[in-house]
Amino acid sequence: MAENQNESYETFFRGIWRDNPVFVQVLGMCPMLAVTNSAINAVAMGMATLFVLVGSSFLVSSFKQWIPKQVRISAFIIIIATFVTVADYTLLALVPKVHKELGAFIPLIVANCMILGRQEAFASRNTVRLAVLDAMGMAGGFMVALFSLGAIREILGNGSLFGVDLFGEHFEPWVIMILPPGGFLTLGLILLFFNWVTQQKDKFIEQVAEAERVASDG
Amino acid sequence: MSEDKTPDAPAVSSTRLVLTLALAGLISGVAIIGIYEATLPTITINKARELREAVFKVVPGVTRMQKLVYKNGELVSTTETEKDEEPIYGGYDDEGGFIGYAIPGAGPGFQDVIGLLYGYKPDQKLVIGMEILESRETPGLGDKIYKDAEFVANFKELSVEPEIVTVKKGQKSEPNEVDIITGASISSKAVVRIINETHTVWSTRLPQPGSEPLMTESEKTVDEAK
Repeated sequence: MAENQNESYETFFRGIWRDNPVFVQVLGMCPMLAVTNSAINAVAMGMATLFVLVGSSFLVSSFKQWIPKQVRISAFIIIIATFVTVADYTLLALVPKVHKELGAFIPLIVANCMILGRQEAFASRNTVRLAVLDAMGMAGGFMVALFSLGAIREILGNGSLFGVDLFGEHFEPWVIMILPPGGFLTLGLILLFFNWVTQQKDKFIEQVAEAERVASDG
Repeated sequence: MSEDKTPDAPAVSSTRLVLTLALAGLISGVAIIGIYEATLPTITINKARELREAVFKVVPGVTRMQKLVYKNGELVSTTETEKDEEPIYGGYDDEGGFIGYAIPGAGPGFQDVIGLLYGYKPDQKLVIGMEILESRETPGLGDKIYKDAEFVANFKELSVEPEIVTVKKGQKSEPNEVDIITGASISSKAVVRIINETHTVWSTRLPQPGSEPLMTESEKTVDEAK
């Protein structure tokens, strides 16, 4: 039981940090760069992706025995596209303003390679419980990435966060940050930071291993 | 193709493959129809409210509106939606007195199509308000066409005679001149061009000032019910 829980924990948190879909796997770049010019857009996109990913992982994992291998990709896409359509109409009805801002990028969730990737690599080979946990972890990681990019770009490019003015009148917004180049720039810097952290961690682990070897030799 | 990648896949009859996908498609179709039916009323209400708000904004003082279409050489009120129609909206006060038209127009901007709605008083030949409905102009620059209050204020009392012209910021002196936005000249010129073009089309279609279509009774009751 303890091991089981450990596995669930591991499955969930893997997506948020170690295998973060954006910072580590570098998947789903299209919505990542396109809709992160404000924090609210980033969060809405993250929520829509969470809904689609968890829903499809649940269904794919539940029906994995009945889907013949030869048509699995088509079946996954049908499932994903259905959830995306549901998300699209729901956003249009509930938050028309956000829907207008996100525009074509909601239907384009279908083409987010992270979602199809999780179905093929994980949901179709694991139990429903693990598949849902994995989907929540991955979508959570995606949302963290979207939000950090969206928040940085909105703060610097517009001087606000979630539409709330932060700096008052004397702040001159860096307009470039909410334009496409700002997206590439911010993402590049975040990736740089992420790789640096991983490198430092690896170095640390190596040093510990080295010290242990020395200690046991002695 | 998939068999190359997964050699362990058991042989499955084509009928089963077709049936699986057909069933998946069917279920998916039903789900999509379900969500469409469930959200349609809210979406329709939202759109209608957005339009009403925009009309009320560009024609100040309006409390009622009706949809008008140009048919067989005259402007008639309608409540139906037809294909390829180009409706405009008549704005009226509480007693049903005519105030002005709200006319939608669209045209290319800097990035994509700009869709807008402008209020028009035919007796004075004045534009009395402008609202951008649709735009993908550059954030921070081109989007000033609706975020910059000074620019929008240009359209509160703007003569269309002989036509609207753009001048450099701060040089507006005639009633038909608009100050363009520094750094967004293409977008602001596009707005002016769209209004000019739309006005050319509609100026011949609108009836003589004073003989505007009356507020229809049916529309009134619908309005009061709301």
